[in-house]
Amino acid sequence: MDRNRLHNQVASMRRSLFDQGYLDDQFIQLEELQDDTNPNFVQEVVTLFYNDSTRLIQNIEQALNSRPIDFCKLDDYMHQFKGSSSSIGAKKVTNECTAFREYCNAENAEGCIRSFQQVKQEHAILKRKLEVYLQTVTSFSNSMSCMETILSYIAYTIISSSLYIENMDKYGKLFGTTPQTELGVDKCLTTL
Amino acid sequence: MKNSIGGKGSMSTASSITTWKAGDVVSVPDQFPAGLRVLVVDDDPTCLIILEKMLRNCSYDVTKCNRAETALLKLRENRNGFDIVISDVHMPDMDGFKLLEHIGLEMDLPVIMMSADDGKDVVMKGVTHGACDYLIKPVRIEALKNIWQHVVRKRKNEWKDLEQSGSVEEGDRQPKQSEDADYSSSVNEGNWKSSKKRKDDEDETDDRDDTSTLKKPRVVWSVELHQQFVAAVNQLGIDKAVPKKILELMNVPGLTRENVASHLQKYRLYLRRLSGVSPHSCNPNNSFMNPQDETFGPLSSVHGFDLQTLTATGQLPAQCLATLQAAVLGRSTAKSSIPMPLVNQRNIFSFENPKLRFGEGQQQHVNNNNKQVNLLHGIPTTMESKQLTSLRHTSQSIGNLNMQVAPHGAQSRQNNSSLIEMGQPLSRVQILNDSTVPLSVGQPIVPNGIAANVSTRNGIPENIRAPGYNLVSQTSSILNFPMNHASELPVDTFSLRSTLGMSDHTSKGAFHEDFNSEIKGSGGFLPSYDVFNDYQYKSQNWELQNAGMILDDSQHSNSLQGNLDLTQSVLVQQGFPSGQINGQNRSVPIVSKAMFSAGDSTEPGNLLNVNHHLNTIRADNTVRVKSESVADGNPSNLFTDHFGQEDLMIALLKQQQGIAPVENEFDFDGYSLDNIPV
Repeated sequence: MDRNRLHNQVASMRRSLFDQGYLDDQFIQLEELQDDTNPNFVQEVVTLFYNDSTRLIQNIEQALNSRPIDFCKLDDYMHQFKGSSSSIGAKKVTNECTAFREYCNAENAEGCIRSFQQVKQEHAILKRKLEVYLQTVTSFSNSMSCMETILSYIAYTIISSSLYIENMDKYGKLFGTTPQTELGVDKCLTTL
Repeated sequence: MKNSIGGKGSMSTASSITTWKAGDVVSVPDQFPAGLRVLVVDDDPTCLIILEKMLRNCSYDVTKCNRAETALLKLRENRNGFDIVISDVHMPDMDGFKLLEHIGLEMDLPVIMMSADDGKDVVMKGVTHGACDYLIKPVRIEALKNIWQHVVRKRKNEWKDLEQSGSVEEGDRQPKQSEDADYSSSVNEGNWKSSKKRKDDEDETDDRDDTSTLKKPRVVWSVELHQQFVAAVNQLGIDKAVPKKILELMNVPGLTRENVASHLQKYRLYLRRLSGVSPHSCNPNNSFMNPQDETFGPLSSVHGFDLQTLTATGQLPAQCLATLQAAVLGRSTAKSSIPMPLVNQRNIFSFENPKLRFGEGQQQHVNNNNKQVNLLHGIPTTMESKQLTSLRHTSQSIGNLNMQVAPHGAQSRQNNSSLIEMGQPLSRVQILNDSTVPLSVGQPIVPNGIAANVSTRNGIPENIRAPGYNLVSQTSSILNFPMNHASELPVDTFSLRSTLGMSDHTSKGAFHEDFNSEIKGSGGFLPSYDVFNDYQYKSQNWELQNAGMILDDSQHSNSLQGNLDLTQSVLVQQGFPSGQINGQNRSVPIVSKAMFSAGDSTEPGNLLNVNHHLNTIRADNTVRVKSESVADGNPSNLFTDHFGQEDLMIALLKQQQGIAPVENEFDFDGYSLDNIPV
């Protein structure tokens, strides 16, 4: 079924994200925080992260482009960025941030610039992957709820019908039935 | 769900918090830590939202801020609104450590630092700045689950500090007070101050039914609470007061029978102490204070009352109160002759109005104070031993009172010191000025500092004969020497301060005579009075403080007037703002008055005069107290007659003014009131 397919898709995507090192344990923490009161918690946090990190990236770029480079400020920005990315479990991004900070401490402008490119790259890759992943998750949960609805409706129908039939039988005996009615009833019963 | 649970939890847990008692096993109500009120500060919105969700999942009550200033604002608005703070280290508007310091100073809440930085030096910085924990980002929910332990731990330690300070005070009272007094007074002061501060900030959290979900592991006996307690005890009668009934009478929600029981026990101890055993146990102020109070009513009640308040406010250890009261009581009984307005004592104790009733029970006070004040009491020779002792006692009590008073307001701060000293074993006779005026009184009236206080406090260059009578100019110098004796309390004796410990003044010899006068003069000897002020001010060591308080605070020029009240209030001072006491210094005059007129307990006129003088002198009320105490000391020879009241007043006043705030240094020790000629 579609649902199953979706389910499998979600599972494999998730697995690969973890296996390839894009996400780490912290992401699981986020997933665990999601519950009925916050059904879209993970989505919300990721969105928030990407909005905020875009701003930070801009700041870092500005700092990198200015001359002379203010390594202190750079370090500060990167520290913040690192904190954010580690909070959502963006493993690769965080690692690149660490590398950047090392260059920064060494006041290696070249190294900083290069490292920052890496940071941006990882940041973008993860963003895409997460988008896809989360979308799949959403469809799956939507489909899930759809199926549930259908199934429950069917169950309801069956139950109520059987009850009706039982009663019909009873009434029939009471009032007597015409041959047509009996036939109709029989038909119903057989179909059900 | 979780959130709602948390919310609910907080409410229900609120009440259970108050039931915790200090000293008890820090038991946590079932719902704890649910409902713990956490403030999270982080400029990173991602982290902030994650933390918030995690904390909510732990059933905590979360408030988030993205700026440090906002956080501080929130904390200041609602001092008791939070139990713990979690803050990031790197923030754009304010450094996390700075915020940590602010919180520690102003609100004294446990603070957890957080950072992506896990470098050793950063973590060390957190430790040195006082953070109770340091979390490395990314923060996991498991780390947050246990943060409540910091809250519990902190409260437990605070309570322990209070208790310790209390016991320290008590211990000091008896034994060698001089050294101990100093030590304990400072310790107590510190504790008292800090806890008072905390308490003030937190606005008697334990009193009211805390809505916070924070379960405080202990009940802090604020001044109000203590007053209620004392009132209840008095109503029931000290013998018949049982925790259950007291609890019912008090009708304070959230208070348990156990709380009351332990507090009562301490109170009883205090009363016992007051009655005298330790010479300086009681605030001599008490005795001083009361002189005015004819109705030396149930001293215990009075004292107790004040003390209670003191205790309550200043966390005057209940024991101290008890002791004071006991001492005062003891005094009174001993000095039945001295119309120690015990009743006034009650007033005296009421810190609220530092009415150092000096006058009251002056005699008694004197006696009592003698204990403490010994210094001051220039106990007339006649009463030499007996009186001196009594004086001492009174002085002590007064001192105690002072101590209590000490907590009063800032002024009392000084007083407190002196008061405290007063409370301290009189032996110390805090000669504020270290001028151990060898009171030839023979008695070691070393009014704890009261006398000393008086002298010093008032700055009255009294020759404070009382050697130990360091009338700390601070209120503590309430130790108004029972100057009664020294009829000629030469006004200059105001330099009680000087004399007192200052020794030098010839006072010794003349001291007797002068003593009385001095005492009177020092008008402000209402050290006890000041003590109260101080006491309140310090509120912590109310015992000690009382001593100081009384003496001190000449700041309240109206001390004279206040003195009388002071005495009373002194006692109460413990927690009460010394300010009152100072005003109470007025009581000093009362005290002095009492002194002056032995039987003349209520000499409003005199007192007023004295007060007036005293006011000017701004001598520590304590000084006055002292004088009173001195008077008390000699029931018979209460200064009453010898000193011209005016003289005494003047002396007291001067003293008060001159007496330098003796920080709880009643060291009256040498306050050898040389036989103050009765």
